[in-house]
Amino acid sequence: MFDSITLGQYYQTDSVLHRLDPRVKLVGTFVYLISLFVVDSYVGYIVAALFLAAMIFLSNVPFRYIVRGMKTIVFLLLITVCFNLFLTPGEVIWQAWIFKITKEGLTFAIKMAVRLSLLILGSSIMTLTTTPTQLTDALESLLRPLKKLHVPVHEISMMMSIALRFIPILMEETDKIMKAQIARGADFESKNLIKKIKSMVPLLVPLFISAFRRANDLAMAMEARCYRGGEGRTKMKPLVYKANDRIAYLVLLAFAVVCILTRIYF
Amino acid sequence: MIKIEKLIHDYIQRDDEGNAAGTFRAIGGVDLDVSPGQFIAVLGHNGSGKSTLAKHLNALLFPTEGTVWVDGMDTKDEKNLWEIRREAGMVFQNPDNQIIAQVVEEDVGFGPENIGVPTEEIWKRVEESLKAVGMWVHRKKSPNRLSGGQKQRVSIAGVIAMQPKCIVLDEPTAMLDPNGRKEVINAAMQLNRTKGITIILITHYMEEAINADQVFVMDRGKIAMQGTPREIFAQVERMKELQLDVPQVTLLAYELRKKGLNIPVSILTKEELADALMGPAAASESEGSAEDDKAAQSEEKEAPHGNQG
Amino acid sequence: MGIKVDDISFLYERGTAMQVTALDHVSAEIPDNQFIGLIGHTGSGKSTFVQTLNGLLKVTSGHIYYNGEDIDGDKFDKKKLRSDVGLVFQYPEHQLFEVDVISDVMFGPRNLGLSDAEAKKRALEALESVRMPKSLYKSSPFDLSGGQKRRAAIAGVLAMRPKILILDEPTAGLDPKGRDEILGLIAGMKKELNMTIILVSHSMDDVARYVDRIMVMGGGKLLYDDEPVKVFRHVTELEELGLAAPQITYIMKLLKERGLDVSSDALTVEEAAAEIMAHRRELHV
Repeated sequence: MFDSITLGQYYQTDSVLHRLDPRVKLVGTFVYLISLFVVDSYVGYIVAALFLAAMIFLSNVPFRYIVRGMKTIVFLLLITVCFNLFLTPGEVIWQAWIFKITKEGLTFAIKMAVRLSLLILGSSIMTLTTTPTQLTDALESLLRPLKKLHVPVHEISMMMSIALRFIPILMEETDKIMKAQIARGADFESKNLIKKIKSMVPLLVPLFISAFRRANDLAMAMEARCYRGGEGRTKMKPLVYKANDRIAYLVLLAFAVVCILTRIYF
Repeated sequence: MIKIEKLIHDYIQRDDEGNAAGTFRAIGGVDLDVSPGQFIAVLGHNGSGKSTLAKHLNALLFPTEGTVWVDGMDTKDEKNLWEIRREAGMVFQNPDNQIIAQVVEEDVGFGPENIGVPTEEIWKRVEESLKAVGMWVHRKKSPNRLSGGQKQRVSIAGVIAMQPKCIVLDEPTAMLDPNGRKEVINAAMQLNRTKGITIILITHYMEEAINADQVFVMDRGKIAMQGTPREIFAQVERMKELQLDVPQVTLLAYELRKKGLNIPVSILTKEELADALMGPAAASESEGSAEDDKAAQSEEKEAPHGNQG
Repeated sequence: MGIKVDDISFLYERGTAMQVTALDHVSAEIPDNQFIGLIGHTGSGKSTFVQTLNGLLKVTSGHIYYNGEDIDGDKFDKKKLRSDVGLVFQYPEHQLFEVDVISDVMFGPRNLGLSDAEAKKRALEALESVRMPKSLYKSSPFDLSGGQKRRAAIAGVLAMRPKILILDEPTAGLDPKGRDEILGLIAGMKKELNMTIILVSHSMDDVARYVDRIMVMGGGKLLYDDEPVKVFRHVTELEELGLAAPQITYIMKLLKERGLDVSSDALTVEEAAAEIMAHRRELHV
């Protein structure tokens, strides 16, 4: 039932992007997302799209695999586009019953769709080429200055990494419990909202119980392996910048500059 | 390696408001002595207290009364806590709920990271540990892509990477299929033999206890029987009383004795049964009689190494 | 009438690089009132197979007929199928959710649209069939012991009054006593309720003594489908599949190799003892 969720799941292969320091990728994604809101012209979008295309090429992840992941969010995309399309006031170019499309709405919807697609693809390139562990490591390392402000940086990143590890397991479990209840005649497809909420009880109760049991077991297993927070911990894979990473930062800088230039000149 | 004296463990039962409503005695006076390098099996039905006992060996639980020493260190002494947990590693029942990282090698490195081993040394230990359980080829995989037996072997590797003197396996095979069970037991026996690590295997599969040096049978929080597998399994009636099995071949020998055949009570392998029934020399291809008896025994012990992955 | 499985296949992740053939052209008939053991190691396709039988998974190709009707047909009542073909999943106690045992068991019958009175009647019957002590009917299912939880969960499916009951690894994770209890219970249910039972397992020792017929699956194919004794004659092939024959089979085989003229068809300790005693005179004891 959840087989279709490939959006952003790590794709194991070897590529320049895979080998980059996760901090570069995290910063890069951040820069890219901001740039999408900086550019506001078709030329700018083309630059952003080309940059993304280059990244996809460098990532060695099959394009089909990336697109398949997009399927799950097409619905979300459509809703956003529709909202913009029908609800933006301005010069009417098409009208039927209560629906009307304006020129401004059309431009805005197209831009929004492009922007959202690039945004989602851009961030999924990061998660496709970076294991969640690397990602949390990067986050922990980048946020380290916050430790001085008593932000539990290590704990947060540990929590994230555990959550990520257990998501697939809990998904599978959801699927299994759902099937077991369907086998007992449960109906999860009811159109009636109240019925639908009620039908979730036989799914959610067992799921919560199982999640708690797992959390308990895991806490004990971690304790048994001498886990006692971030103090005095060493790293198996410490993050160290290499030549490639410095080049990548330069490329990012160049990209950001180009984006700003398109904003000024187009 | 491990010494337990008059151990008592009470769980506090709480009512709905969280107030202590009473106690439940899980362990009621256990004495135990394990020498370094031994392979120990602890048997017992569910609720016999064997898992509670296991958690005392790793200082995850502390005695209500009595004392537990791990390698001479008292578990009640707080300053020993981390050293005890490092020296007595623990593998749990559910393969999914004890793997923390999302890549096999990183999970094995988790323990050493916690105790502050330098990076280079971690890599060395991870490699050694994964090789010791035959999981080196899978080091880059996600644990979710492994079979149950493989996951448990990763967990064992994670423990070995802490360089323990003793590994406690708390029903590590209960959720596995027969192949997975063999993988895990073979890996544990291999470690016992080649690295001299003390193994304490808690199980309710009797076949897994056959190769142990010593078997302890628990019932209602006490040690009900203690001895070599041969001594333990010879007592078919007593084992049934304790809601446990004996290996099928032992049971068959027992039935045959009841029917009047004069064969030894302590038969553990099919070869021993054949020898007892047919006479050791009866098999034309086998060597001398005394040899044969010994061979049957040691073959059982050695066999698993041949097919180590 | 029962189920007729006609050349079914099932693919996971169809059309992707990760496509897996879980079932590969399987055909079989499952008549009324039979006790069947379905054996295979993890990943052999056995769990997929049983999920297609009550329509939880839709076959990729082929047909399944229940009482002569195609279960993927337009007019076919899937809900009826799911109540007639009960499926108890592995670790079924993980599906318990109600406040007390009896409400949990009533969940199935209620979903069938039965009145509370009728649902309760069925629940009581089911709980009796699984030998649940009456004192526990009003307990929270989460306070029961492992074995009791599992029995409560089995009762939850039994209360739908299935004609065919499929149990996926019902003894997984239980200790020897819990295992014998559940297996004894299932064998008792078979006799009492005259239904077809399919016992899915990877342990030959568990199923050998109870079932009339064994189906062995491997690599998504149905490899053997015969009486237990006949299936276990293929010891070597079974081992290649990562399965083992019952331990008794190996003992008898060894005795035979050593020259004792016993039949290696014995499956239980009792049968083996009797067979050996029948050759009393050839023994050197």
